[in-house]
Amino acid sequence: MTSLPLKSSYKKPHKAGIGRFFVLAALLIVLLVVLLPFAIVIINAFKTPEDYATYGPLSWPTAWSIDGIVEFWQRVDYSQKLLNSLLISASVAVIGVLLSLLNAFALGIGRIKGRIWLLILFMVANTLPQESLVYPLYYLSKEFDLYNTRFVVILIFSVIQSAFGTYLLSSVFSTFPKEMLEAAMLDGCNKLQLLFKIIVPVSRPTLAVLFTFFFIWTWNEFFLPLILLISNDRQTVPIAVGVLQGQRNMEATLSSASALLGILPCFIFFLIFQRTLTKGIAAGSVK
Amino acid sequence: MMLKRSTNRGYWWFLLPGLILFVLVIAIPFLMNIGTSFTHWQGVGTPKWAGLDNYARLFRDSTFWASFRNNLAMLVAMTIVPTLLGLLLAAVLYDYITNKFGSRTASFFRAAFYLPQILPVAIAGIVWAWILHPNYGALNGLLETLGLENLTRNWLGNRQTALPSVMVIMVWFQLGYPLVIFMAGLQRIDPEIYEAAVLDGASWFDRFRYITVHLIRPEIFVVLLTTTIASLKVFGQIYVLTRGGPGSSTLVPSYFAYQNFFEKANIGYGSAISTVMTVIIIGLTIFFIRRQSAEEL
Repeated sequence: MTSLPLKSSYKKPHKAGIGRFFVLAALLIVLLVVLLPFAIVIINAFKTPEDYATYGPLSWPTAWSIDGIVEFWQRVDYSQKLLNSLLISASVAVIGVLLSLLNAFALGIGRIKGRIWLLILFMVANTLPQESLVYPLYYLSKEFDLYNTRFVVILIFSVIQSAFGTYLLSSVFSTFPKEMLEAAMLDGCNKLQLLFKIIVPVSRPTLAVLFTFFFIWTWNEFFLPLILLISNDRQTVPIAVGVLQGQRNMEATLSSASALLGILPCFIFFLIFQRTLTKGIAAGSVK
Repeated sequence: MMLKRSTNRGYWWFLLPGLILFVLVIAIPFLMNIGTSFTHWQGVGTPKWAGLDNYARLFRDSTFWASFRNNLAMLVAMTIVPTLLGLLLAAVLYDYITNKFGSRTASFFRAAFYLPQILPVAIAGIVWAWILHPNYGALNGLLETLGLENLTRNWLGNRQTALPSVMVIMVWFQLGYPLVIFMAGLQRIDPEIYEAAVLDGASWFDRFRYITVHLIRPEIFVVLLTTTIASLKVFGQIYVLTRGGPGSSTLVPSYFAYQNFFEKANIGYGSAISTVMTVIIIGLTIFFIRRQSAEEL
């Protein structure tokens, strides 16, 4: 986000006065409090247990050791968890965007009858607590032999995310220039061509924002994956880290390593997606 | 030239996959959940019709009321405090830091405050769970280093400190969200309004109260609605940090429903809890949206 400067305000910066440094200092203190947990996690993830026992949590590591990280990685088979999370989040992002696109095409461009009611339906679905779906989903996935599969998690989240996507895209599509649609129809475009040759290329930035949100939201999900994925080799990163926390009596450095490994992928996504995210947040499309 | 009606007809087909999946994954489970809330059911065998039993029990259940009181604490920690702090920080960053130190400095602060928001809630919980750990946690370690041993305690394992600790964590986690939305909203405001106010001798606080807060009302509405709903749905942090304990001192409705579904096999009762949550959330959504459209008229 730092790479996107704010629109400059109403005055040229005038740098006189020392009062401004008090405000800056106050902000820096608040910032320090906000970032301290990250710093503590990072320095302790690289300590040996002996180092930690001797000097406590706030000292600089005497020697940077990756033993804790390696041990945690192997203990939970972290590569597998990363793979599961990537597979689930990417599939949901693709399918969720596709479903939103088809729905919004019918509602926003086609303006079919009853679209207001359908939009209200999608909006209400978007605010439903997952607690009100969880038991039937758990029960039905067992009935259909889909329990404890990545497939069912992908299916469920694609639909849940597309409820939001349909709502957002429909309002974007309803402002789509009519002339463009009519020109395409006159050129003999059928509806499928209209969607994929005209509308998709024009709305690519919005679709990118949706894709990014769906990916990150799904990556961060905890409640439903916790219930639907019970075997170790199918769990996602947050579940693996979260469940381990509760179960085993871990050493401090190992605990810290697990937190670091949980943070790291999100931090990487943040850096990769920050431009899309900033645009999306500015567009007000944040849940 | 208008599109002919006949050409509009074919659009229904595009809705079909989305609608079928919507019915399977959301509509049917949602109705099933309402259905089971009127039954006694262990999750196996046939549910027994119970009428309003579960709801009657709910209103007598002190644990349920405790979970709702804790929910109000979550509302303070996730909605009220972050919105107020976020407003203040956004105004300071936009209307003060940007002027005195340039927009890069303001953007840097915004990004840094947003950082906790990128974490999955469970991971955010874990970061704090070990910082607050009674034996090897960093907070107690810090207090010992400073010679304040008598202040060390089992932060999350103690009835007096568990809920306040969770609340602090929620503020930490939530603060970046209103800040980013408010700063985006401030960019909409015409700088000339501020210039005119400055010429008229308005102080910084006057500008904050009468211009900033007033003009970003739509953003404040969005933030209040989304964070209020989020506070009603809190689960991950509680699961990782305290499992609702000690006793029911940090229990929230979401975790209470989870316990009834998956630990106590009281499906009917769990469904009733989640149905009440749904009613409250949908009611709040309607309330906020009506208020907002009333404002816009």
